[in-house]
Amino acid sequence: MWDFILKDYKEISGCGVSGIINLKGGLIPGDLIIKSIVCQEERGNGLGAGFAGYGIYPDFKDFYALHVMADDKNCLEKFEAFLFQKIKAIYHEPIPTRKVKTIKNPPIFKRYFVKPEIEETLSLEEQENKIIEMVMYINANLKGIYILSSGKNMGVFKGVGFPSEIAEFFRIDEYQAYIWTAHNRFPTNTPGWWGGAHPFSLLDWSIVHNGEISSYGTNKRYLELFGYKCTLLTDTEVVTYLLDLLIRRHKLPIKLACTALAPPFWMEIECLNEEEKNLIEALRVVYGGALLNGPFAIIFAYNGGIVGLTDRSKLRPLVVAKSGDLYYLASEEAAIRTICPNPEIVWHPKAGEPVILEITEGTIPHQKSYK
Amino acid sequence: MSVVFNVGKLSYTKVNQIVREKILEGKKAFEIHGVNGHRYLLAGIKEKITVKIWGTVGLDLGCFMSGPEIYVYGNVQDGCGNTMEEGKITVYGMAGDVVGYSMRGGKIFIKGDVGYRVGIHMKSYQDKHPVIVIGGKAGDFLGEYMAGGTIVVLGIYSQHPERPIVGKFLGTGMHGGAIYLRGKIDPFFLGKNLKVSSLNEEDQAYLKKILKEYCADIGEDLGVLLNEKFFKITPMSHRPYGNLYAY
Repeated sequence: MWDFILKDYKEISGCGVSGIINLKGGLIPGDLIIKSIVCQEERGNGLGAGFAGYGIYPDFKDFYALHVMADDKNCLEKFEAFLFQKIKAIYHEPIPTRKVKTIKNPPIFKRYFVKPEIEETLSLEEQENKIIEMVMYINANLKGIYILSSGKNMGVFKGVGFPSEIAEFFRIDEYQAYIWTAHNRFPTNTPGWWGGAHPFSLLDWSIVHNGEISSYGTNKRYLELFGYKCTLLTDTEVVTYLLDLLIRRHKLPIKLACTALAPPFWMEIECLNEEEKNLIEALRVVYGGALLNGPFAIIFAYNGGIVGLTDRSKLRPLVVAKSGDLYYLASEEAAIRTICPNPEIVWHPKAGEPVILEITEGTIPHQKSYK
Repeated sequence: MSVVFNVGKLSYTKVNQIVREKILEGKKAFEIHGVNGHRYLLAGIKEKITVKIWGTVGLDLGCFMSGPEIYVYGNVQDGCGNTMEEGKITVYGMAGDVVGYSMRGGKIFIKGDVGYRVGIHMKSYQDKHPVIVIGGKAGDFLGEYMAGGTIVVLGIYSQHPERPIVGKFLGTGMHGGAIYLRGKIDPFFLGKNLKVSSLNEEDQAYLKKILKEYCADIGEDLGVLLNEKFFKITPMSHRPYGNLYAY
């Protein structure tokens, strides 16, 4: 193990991220996101890749889709015994995979479409809290079982391999989605294992990240106060839970939540008018534990939108382009041009300023808007 | 006769290999089409060749090179001209972050905007004097730790009218060289230990010489560039940080 890590240690690269959204809710074939992330193959080292798609389960759109990774059959049996007494699963099946030569001994993948039984009496927020509570309990307490995603009409597919291999393995080309994100991993200080690949997901939040969260310890402890348990051994996990806490539970608009994650420098805050200054100062005080330190470029998505954000010094790259109703985000411009050769406009967002793109209101089932 | 080829599905390694082989055969001019994200193109090449590239060029175009003249009809990604020593890169589109990182000679002309940390740790020595001209606007940390050479920012061909001509922390840690800005700068964006001055005659002649060459490449009228006052930013002294660690 250490031999391997040391051998590759000097290689110079960084993770690659890609994202696509159709603002009119039109479905984008999986081939496009595969092509975009494969174009950035050089940014990874084969130790992780993954995809998140929104709108992929129209037949089960009213159910929470649990994507489950199991170490072995035994773990899975124990998990099912636990799950079925807790919640109603309308349908479950193995996640379809193909044999890929380079992927040896993959874990078992299954998906379950579930609904909390007493849902009629629960508000959406309470329902979602219940799902989270269950996911947190399972990931922390059931041996060899990890719930990789748990949102409605969406799912995360990820593992150890290059993006082309993971796409082939999970048959990403057979899905269509109105939002896609993808990741190519080059792990630097956390292990390269199946659960640690990106995207990270909870409910319909999913996130792909290029960089290092050096404030991981602080963020993790802060999140534990609110019942989130970090079990996947990768720094990016905290961002997923921070988004859920700040945006879904505390109801901060996305822009403000992003300001909490990547706040302006104090010298910039000094120049604001009194009202804005009070707001940002309060935000920095209240959400100090949510501040992300270190270099990052992230793309996160939810059932209704996609957001790109870099750290406030822009230590990782992010490019955005528009072509009609389609918007593209990626680490490299080439990853966009390979699927959209002539976009109307290409730009590099400013450091710490989120690019928020939401699907037109009333277009997709269970649509969310946090603008 | 130019060597003309389309990179198609070729890897960057293969493209560089083709160019190097053709150079050995005595070829001096190249036209490369269909580039998309190919990295390290023309890296380390020492011969005086002319290369025209169409497409979006990947990371580290012309890194460590000392000789080629490169013209890019498109955008370049990050790290263009990383540690280059001689030659010229002209980009007719925009550029990503860290253009001319640690550059020690030659010229980089960008028509549009550039990203963050452009020209950081540029240096000059004897007859080597690197020059970067940016037609658009620049992000934060322009010329950080700059030790020599010249950066010129025009702010004309920008797609971001709302942004300032340069970002925050301009020339932070700078102890050599000069940054010329077309128009006034709000001191908020300036790094510490820097002075802003008007151009003297010598400066003006020098700037004019650089911009004349820039205009010839970009296809612009020099008068348009010079119709606004320029300011020069230099370090307060030769060693503004001499006492930072030894006190």
